[in-house]
Amino acid sequence: MEALAISLIKAVPFLGAVPVWAVALVLMVAVAAVVLAFALTFEGVGSLVLRKVAGDIQVRIGPNRVGPNGVLQFLADGVKLILKEDLTPASADRPLFKMAPYFVFVGSFAGFVVVPFGVGLIAADLNIGVYYVMAVSSLVVIGILLAGWSSNNKWALLGGMRGAAQIISYEIPVGLALIPAVMIAGSLSLQDIVRSQGGLWGIFGWNLFHNPFTFFSFFLYFTAAQAETNQTPFDLPEAESELVSGYNVEYSGIRFGYFFLAEFGDMFVVAALTTALFLGGWNIPFFHAETLPWIWGNLLSLGVFLGKAFTIVLIMMWVRWTLPRIRVDQLMRLSWKYLIPLTFFNLLGVSLWLLVFNGKGIPAMIASLFG
Amino acid sequence: MNPLNAQAIFDTLKGKFGDSVVELQSEGCSPAYVVVAPGSIKEVARFLKDAPALSFDSLMCLSGVDYKDNFAVTYHVYSMANRHSVGLKAMLPRENPSLPSVDDVWPAANFQEREAYDLLGIVFEGSKDLRRILLPPDWEGHPLRKDYKYPESYHGIKV
Amino acid sequence: MTARPEALPTQEMTINMGPQHPSTHGVLRVILTTDGEVVTRAVPDVGYLHLGLEKIAERLNYSQFMPFTDRLDYLAGMNCNCAWAWAVEKLAKIEAPERAEYLRVIVSELNRISSHLISFGSFTADMGAFTPFLYGIREREKVNDLFEMLCGQRLTYNYARIGGVSGDAPPGFLEKTREFLDYFEPKIDEYNNLISYNKIFVQRLANVAVISAEEAVAYGLTGPNLRGSGVAFDLRKDEPYSVYPKFDFNVCVGSGERGQLGDCFDRYMVRINEMRESVKILRQAVDQIPEGPVMAKVPRVFKPPVGEVYFRAENPRGENGYYLVSDGSANPYRAKIRAGSFVTMNIFEKVTRGLLIADIVAVIGSFDIILPEIDR
Repeated sequence: MEALAISLIKAVPFLGAVPVWAVALVLMVAVAAVVLAFALTFEGVGSLVLRKVAGDIQVRIGPNRVGPNGVLQFLADGVKLILKEDLTPASADRPLFKMAPYFVFVGSFAGFVVVPFGVGLIAADLNIGVYYVMAVSSLVVIGILLAGWSSNNKWALLGGMRGAAQIISYEIPVGLALIPAVMIAGSLSLQDIVRSQGGLWGIFGWNLFHNPFTFFSFFLYFTAAQAETNQTPFDLPEAESELVSGYNVEYSGIRFGYFFLAEFGDMFVVAALTTALFLGGWNIPFFHAETLPWIWGNLLSLGVFLGKAFTIVLIMMWVRWTLPRIRVDQLMRLSWKYLIPLTFFNLLGVSLWLLVFNGKGIPAMIASLFG
Repeated sequence: MNPLNAQAIFDTLKGKFGDSVVELQSEGCSPAYVVVAPGSIKEVARFLKDAPALSFDSLMCLSGVDYKDNFAVTYHVYSMANRHSVGLKAMLPRENPSLPSVDDVWPAANFQEREAYDLLGIVFEGSKDLRRILLPPDWEGHPLRKDYKYPESYHGIKV
Repeated sequence: MTARPEALPTQEMTINMGPQHPSTHGVLRVILTTDGEVVTRAVPDVGYLHLGLEKIAERLNYSQFMPFTDRLDYLAGMNCNCAWAWAVEKLAKIEAPERAEYLRVIVSELNRISSHLISFGSFTADMGAFTPFLYGIREREKVNDLFEMLCGQRLTYNYARIGGVSGDAPPGFLEKTREFLDYFEPKIDEYNNLISYNKIFVQRLANVAVISAEEAVAYGLTGPNLRGSGVAFDLRKDEPYSVYPKFDFNVCVGSGERGQLGDCFDRYMVRINEMRESVKILRQAVDQIPEGPVMAKVPRVFKPPVGEVYFRAENPRGENGYYLVSDGSANPYRAKIRAGSFVTMNIFEKVTRGLLIADIVAVIGSFDIILPEIDR
């Protein structure tokens, strides 16, 4: 960011007198605002799409009252969430109760910072991007636990405990399933990982097709990430038919809205990571985004990235409305007895593959056969 | 499968229990019922369930009836094996109506006994769990009694 | 895993499940004592919807009580209507015309289908899959349309009368019923494809709350819950009433196909299969229905002879029995209502010991209870 600030000061003459840190700060705020605006827009539109998709899957119409075909429903929802009274139960632990939604919200939104939207479109290309996402998404567990505990409601407590156990259990397979992509790119930076998948017409370079283990890794990651972000069929912390609404049962108004938004935020972050790590990220098929003019390269790559990510989001919604919820003991068994050993095995497989074939994937080998 | 008619069931019971089994009432009744002394209801029930020719393993319905002069508890039992059914009736005095519970013969009796206790005030001695079931624990009176007086209020709430 | 009590004191938690809870199918209250997620004791506390129907019945005459039976099991109002009519007719020795009996069977079976659809849907919704619920609702609407055509009501029908039914089938009703059956029968396979054999769904239900055949009989379970334990007992077959003997159908029993016999999955599957049998009965009934009057000559206020009757009919939620005592007046001296769900709750505490909280929801769903029937 500082480098950008310096180049900006050089390019724009009248900024000469402004100190570098101030320009950098303004830039940071501006970028953060853009990312937040994107995230909120996504969440609004996401909730609408979710409800429309749910309507389609469930042989009903879905929202169709606000605006043409109900497209403004998300605005109405947002206004409603903001205007509703923000209740705090009398016996709740007030400071913790009020704090909890922010942890969840921040944990989910901080992930947007490193999402590589396009060739040059990334809020911060951290050299530890993957690690960073893993770290900030763990904030969610604190929020869920706080919400469950501070509500002083037994259902919420059970939900909070379930959430904590679940997220911690599933962070291991999520982390282990991400490592193959990191190993292939040799970097934790998400931009580097995306660039490493740019070869072979921008399709066959995807990590998904790199070797059988990465192919498998994709599904492991997708499953574990669904669980880590509490998506159905792993939505046990809020299981509305068992725990009423789980950890957020006592929340109302905008504080509930934060949980609600965070859920969509998580959904997008998972989809974006899946895209960036396994599905070639913003790489445009048959083109090299970086060779195009800056504006076109970025727009096209942004479109490609969002297209892929939204497809993943739609698949997540489809899963959500199709599968029943699994039970808490089955959830733990799935993680500790199946996913973790499988991801370890997979990691070993990828390591051996990279060692034996000198880092080459199957498509690359086939391509080299044909010269 | 060997269904017996009510008369045969009554004769078997009469032979076994003598005076505790009072009479068979079949006119206008379906199924016909056997009037049993309340004190021996549990032994009769046990016999009805265990005797192979009878094997009444299913308690269909247990009802309390307020006959103004006295109470009655009616048991309608059915045999899945023999596909026959019969009623049992125990007449109880108006004052302190009580009789032994049959819930360890037919576990199905428990809730229905609680209901009869709740709504009619019939006490089932030796019941596993005899509490009010439909009404709140501190409700006064037994509403299905014919002489029940509706309360004016309940916890300050006008009824 | 055993915690060291001296180092880490733990205590059981008492949770109030209900009377307001999304999965207790109304206002059932279950007092759960849990050790973490494991339920050590679940005591049902019923009575939040006590209507006092038995007391009301003593103040009304036999015909006037008919609309109250709708409220007994609001998802199967037709069945309760007809059962009341059959019970009173047995007491008063009235015979309904044959066409009326056919119509009663038709509406009973249609209502059985729609009730099982709700049971199927709400059960899957309890399991976390909301989608099948709306598929069930979609077909139930069509049944409601048929009922609306017949009696103008969609929920509380009040269709049966002592001595017949309130009105003959309007023109086109039987054809519409036939159309519905043709439309509906393939949908049962759709439900099975949608959810019944879903791996998660099966794993949630198989081997949960197993009830043996002996236990089921001893605890007075009836209807699909009894048959789910493998007892082939159906009042329509084994204590036939009305025109049921004229129809050819099978009694569906649990087979333990995905777990032990008598688990939640078996109880669920019995309902799904029963819809098919109902379709079978309906097809025969619609084809065979004779012409004729639908109402016997019964005075508005009639006085049955002194006597008492216990009549039971096979309702979607098990045996619906009426114990009627007549003292020769126009009102029942005593009308005891024996409802399937009420007696079923008796076994609840026994089968739920040691299950998880999520399983409690599965058990409630698999018993397919309805609260007005429990509390009456």
